Amino acid sequence: MDLNLSDEQRLLRESAERFVAESYDADHRRKMANDPLGYSPAVWKQFAELGWLALPVAEEFGGLGGGAVEIGILMEAFGRGLVSEPYVATVVLGAALIDRCGSPAQKQASLPKVADGSLKLAFAHSERAARFDLAKVTTTANKTGQGWRLAGNKIAVLDGHAADEIIVSALIHDHHGPSGRIGLFLVPATAPGLIISDYPRLGGGHACNIELSDVHVPEDALLGDGHGALPAIEWAVDRAMAALGAEAVGIMQTLLDTTLEYTKIRKQFGRPLSANQVIRHRLADMAMQVDEARSMALRAALKADAAPVERARAASGAKAKIGKCARFVGEQSIQLHGGMGVTEELEVGAYFKRLVAFDTLFGGSAHHYSRHARLGRTA
Amino acid sequence: MDLTFNAEERAFQSEVRGFIAKNLTEEMKRATALTPSVFSDPDIGMAWQRALHRQGWGAPGWPVEYGGPDWTPAQRWIFETESARAGVPNVNVMGVKMVGPVIIGFGNPEQKNFYLPRILSGEDYWCQGYSEPGSGSDLSSLKTRAVRDGDDYIINGTKIWTTHAHHANRMFALVRTSDGERQQDGISFILIDMKTPGITTRPILTIGGDHEVNQVFFDDVRVPVANRVGEEGKGWTYGKYLLEFERGSGIASAKLREGLKAIADLAESDLTGRAIDTPDIAARISEVEVDIDALEMTELRVLSALQTGQNPGAVSSILKLRNSEIRQAVTRLGADVIGHDALAVEPMRPLYKLNHEPAIPEDMLTVVPEYLNGRAYTIFGGTSEIQRDIIAKMMLGI
Repeated sequence: MDLNLSDEQRLLRESAERFVAESYDADHRRKMANDPLGYSPAVWKQFAELGWLALPVAEEFGGLGGGAVEIGILMEAFGRGLVSEPYVATVVLGAALIDRCGSPAQKQASLPKVADGSLKLAFAHSERAARFDLAKVTTTANKTGQGWRLAGNKIAVLDGHAADEIIVSALIHDHHGPSGRIGLFLVPATAPGLIISDYPRLGGGHACNIELSDVHVPEDALLGDGHGALPAIEWAVDRAMAALGAEAVGIMQTLLDTTLEYTKIRKQFGRPLSANQVIRHRLADMAMQVDEARSMALRAALKADAAPVERARAASGAKAKIGKCARFVGEQSIQLHGGMGVTEELEVGAYFKRLVAFDTLFGGSAHHYSRHARLGRTA
Repeated sequence: MDLTFNAEERAFQSEVRGFIAKNLTEEMKRATALTPSVFSDPDIGMAWQRALHRQGWGAPGWPVEYGGPDWTPAQRWIFETESARAGVPNVNVMGVKMVGPVIIGFGNPEQKNFYLPRILSGEDYWCQGYSEPGSGSDLSSLKTRAVRDGDDYIINGTKIWTTHAHHANRMFALVRTSDGERQQDGISFILIDMKTPGITTRPILTIGGDHEVNQVFFDDVRVPVANRVGEEGKGWTYGKYLLEFERGSGIASAKLREGLKAIADLAESDLTGRAIDTPDIAARISEVEVDIDALEMTELRVLSALQTGQNPGAVSSILKLRNSEIRQAVTRLGADVIGHDALAVEPMRPLYKLNHEPAIPEDMLTVVPEYLNGRAYTIFGGTSEIQRDIIAKMMLGI
């Protein structure tokens, strides 16, 4: 039992924090917010040089073989700077799914390119009717003579606009008809019939809706043998929630620091806001919730490779709890900044919006408390 | 980073389990489960303390030279967790965990030689004389006065919320020996034999129906000056040192988990018409369980820091606050889970020695008393409001 950072982990944290502090300032964030791409290809290249894109990729494919804890360390630093590069879409979701489901050839074709920065991925899974139910997919993949024909609609695809290839989930219809199985298909972003409707995402970065109208892909677009996709999706999304939870912790910490400073400087009735007990107690509650969120993000990361029920309960518990803490810390940060907190003139709002996006992504607190409860009864 | 225990720690875990299996009687277990107050009655609690002492585990936090077992933080964690899981008696902490460390830290050799072995063996039973009717959160405003008379102090005043004063043979108390410039000055830390003439104890019943706390009156009570710990007038420093122990040895999550498990078991039982099938109840159980997970992780983070000699900082206030709030959430949930059976009042104590058939199933008997008495968790040991003041000051610098 040891929850202290190793030397490597400490170095990773220091380099990530240094990068964010030096390169990811308010000017950069404002520029990205108004940028049509929403992220910087130059920064992405730096990520590759720093080894961050290779972090969780297995060593045999040019990666560093890191785990969910290392990703969490990186993501917390990203949160502090509100980093908008498509890291979760490409590395945490995309590369993980290929690593888990792909054939050796598919891994060899993709993972080294993720690690060196030349391939960006996205995961198109959510559908409107499914809400947050990961098992509910209506997009179809029909077997054809040459390969597969994909048809359906996906929503809320994280950073799909940036991706070179998109991993699409679809119900497999083979020669015998509907198989009832979900398959994962690697589809080039430029495939005819694939229509991406891009939108700026709440709190930075982008997302998109994707329409697949008879998109033809070759036989080997299907990852692996087409079995076990749903457990893999649940696994990958649980990991993504742990990573996003760590990012939320970084965001909350920045909001707490900023708000604390503000209440010391801002004077009303002839004294600083922080001289009032009601304000001090509010800040104490915020600090406590940041700490609880930090514990839960770490817990989810440490259990990211545990047995499925244990992992899923840790991930849902973290998502629900961090979401709740995030709303509180975010909303109170605005409240304590007064009218200025509601304006775009301060950055508090930008950080808050990223927290709102976090809480919504993959399902909010209510969804995850009930998933947690359901999993408990089957355990 | 690693959440799992190594081979040595797992071996220790089996040793603890073996010890508990051998020493925890069914009677102790039932009595503990049916005690809706903070601590077990002395007959149950001290029986367990004696068993621990025989094993050399009577005082986990003490240095080896005074009889501590020299455990690592991880071993303490394992010990506390296994104890909570098994449902061992809740030994009154006033001796081993409170006055013990103060005597070790500030007492003279005679005091150490006399008191420490008696604490370990359970021969002495301690209570704490801190709060007074006029001094709650503002503890250092206390007025109980000790006036020097030759080799004695003569004590007059009153203490309140004195847990198990009606069982204890000794009290450690903060008393005023002089009036300093600040009200924290002039307080002394003193050890009092409860059989001294002039001491009377008045029981106070809490809203759950239990007699656990008391008011204690001192009328010209003569206590030898030799019973003072440390310097005269420096008692506040020692008392604060002790309060940090009271706020949490930092291992509370295992007990909370057992408390929640008992409620979840009731919710899954036909006795409650399977309350768990109500989606709101199921989600609330999950919500509380997740809060316990978060507290447990924070405890483990603190433990890891301690293991490498780092100072965890003002986190003891966070642990105290969250532990007390979650405990209340567990008991609130319990009262909701048992539904109509929450209406029944059982005034007899102890609940494990009733001489009649209770109106509701035995497993439910403690639920409402625990909820009611449990309101005290956010009040004693420094209210939640005081803890927030400490967090703001120590962690946030405001």
